[in-house]
Amino acid sequence: MDAREMIARRAARELSDGQVVNLGIGMPTAVANYLPADVELTLQSENGCLLFGSTPSLGDEDPDVANAGGQPISLKPGASVFDLATSFAIIRGGHVDVTILGALEVDQEGSIANWARPLAPGKYAPGMGGAMDLLYGARKVVVTLEHSGKGGSKILKRCRLPITGKGVVDIIVTEKAVFRVNGDGLVLTEVLEGLTVDDIREATEADFVVAENVGPYQLPSPASVDE
Amino acid sequence: MDKVMSLDQAVESVRDGATIMLGGFLGVGAPLRSIDKLVESGVKDLTVISLANGHPGQDFDVALLYKNKQVRKLITSHAGTTQIALDQYASGELEIEYFPLGSFVEKIRAGGAGLGGVLTPTGLGTLAEEGKEKLVVQGAEYLLELPLRADFAFIKGYRGDRYGNIQYRGVALSSNPVMATAGEWTVAEVNEIVDVGSIEPESVGTPSVFVHAVVQGHPFETHKKIYADLWVRSKQLK
Repeated sequence: MDAREMIARRAARELSDGQVVNLGIGMPTAVANYLPADVELTLQSENGCLLFGSTPSLGDEDPDVANAGGQPISLKPGASVFDLATSFAIIRGGHVDVTILGALEVDQEGSIANWARPLAPGKYAPGMGGAMDLLYGARKVVVTLEHSGKGGSKILKRCRLPITGKGVVDIIVTEKAVFRVNGDGLVLTEVLEGLTVDDIREATEADFVVAENVGPYQLPSPASVDE
Repeated sequence: MDKVMSLDQAVESVRDGATIMLGGFLGVGAPLRSIDKLVESGVKDLTVISLANGHPGQDFDVALLYKNKQVRKLITSHAGTTQIALDQYASGELEIEYFPLGSFVEKIRAGGAGLGGVLTPTGLGTLAEEGKEKLVVQGAEYLLELPLRADFAFIKGYRGDRYGNIQYRGVALSSNPVMATAGEWTVAEVNEIVDVGSIEPESVGTPSVFVHAVVQGHPFETHKKIYADLWVRSKQLK
């Protein structure tokens, strides 16, 4: 299992039955594949629908039914469609229980950077899309990212890239560890089997405290997963 | 009261330097034939207002306007899906102004609804607050986002009648209903032009008053094929 799949599987455990959930593009989208069978969610897509399902096969697609990545999806019974003003009333207005987003960087103050890579002096891409609204409006924010990249730890004392939201993150899931963010900073709650707390310290630029009940990384066994 | 006209008639007053809104979300629900016509017309120095850029990695919808070097400025929430736009931005040919998507929509809604702006908490503490007035209302801080209108709004509906009533379909509403309200001249491209009365009043997504021109877009069967082909090309359908 590669790092991204592990992260998606672990992030799926942050969701519970009946929640309204918005999944970001990329790794977060994959989270929907790893939900326990007894968890039914109302998935929201920011381009304007609630209760969407899987990718149709060729021939079953509808030219007017796609997700926020422009990819074909299907609508489940009970689905609804609406324009963007309504979609962002859902998002900004506090009607989304959980959002799971990818990130370039996250920091010990609970800030996240995921919209702006420098392109030229003062110029950034790709843009924030709906991420800033989601970070503000969702009741719980789960950030999924690989623990380190080419530049080292992605869990920083302070984000270096322009941030998408300040002090908004609740949970950070990497392939090595899980952190909870509280008012004082990061709390390490889970460590991957085979690694020690010191290994996590080594791999992490941010300061963190270790939860009293720190435990093993909670990866559902593939057998318990409905795929 | 007959607003049905040819595409040529609908776009003939678009001049160099015009500000145009383009509806749709990464090409889905986009006014494809209107964009083709704008490309054909060659008008340049356009300011394009589009919530995102072209369908990821494809020469499709708004991407065609960059290819033809017709865009001077893009007002959007996300530009990353169209590499040629990023290249033009990096080299200085194209200017990009970003707004959070929810704020982008509300700016246009304010523009179309006669509001002086909207107050939103989105973007506080980020680069999105630069140059914007902050107000405290009932103890909470907000950014003032100003209204946004355009010379022309090009929207895409499913069916339209000669009065200009527009019906939408599926998840293809996106920015179309809100943009329809904010164009000095709003062109609605539809898959099917129907008789007055064919669209149930409850099914009218954009009421006639917002629409100035109704034009025939790709017929539905062609429309279906265009997206099937697009998604096969981008490997999203197998």
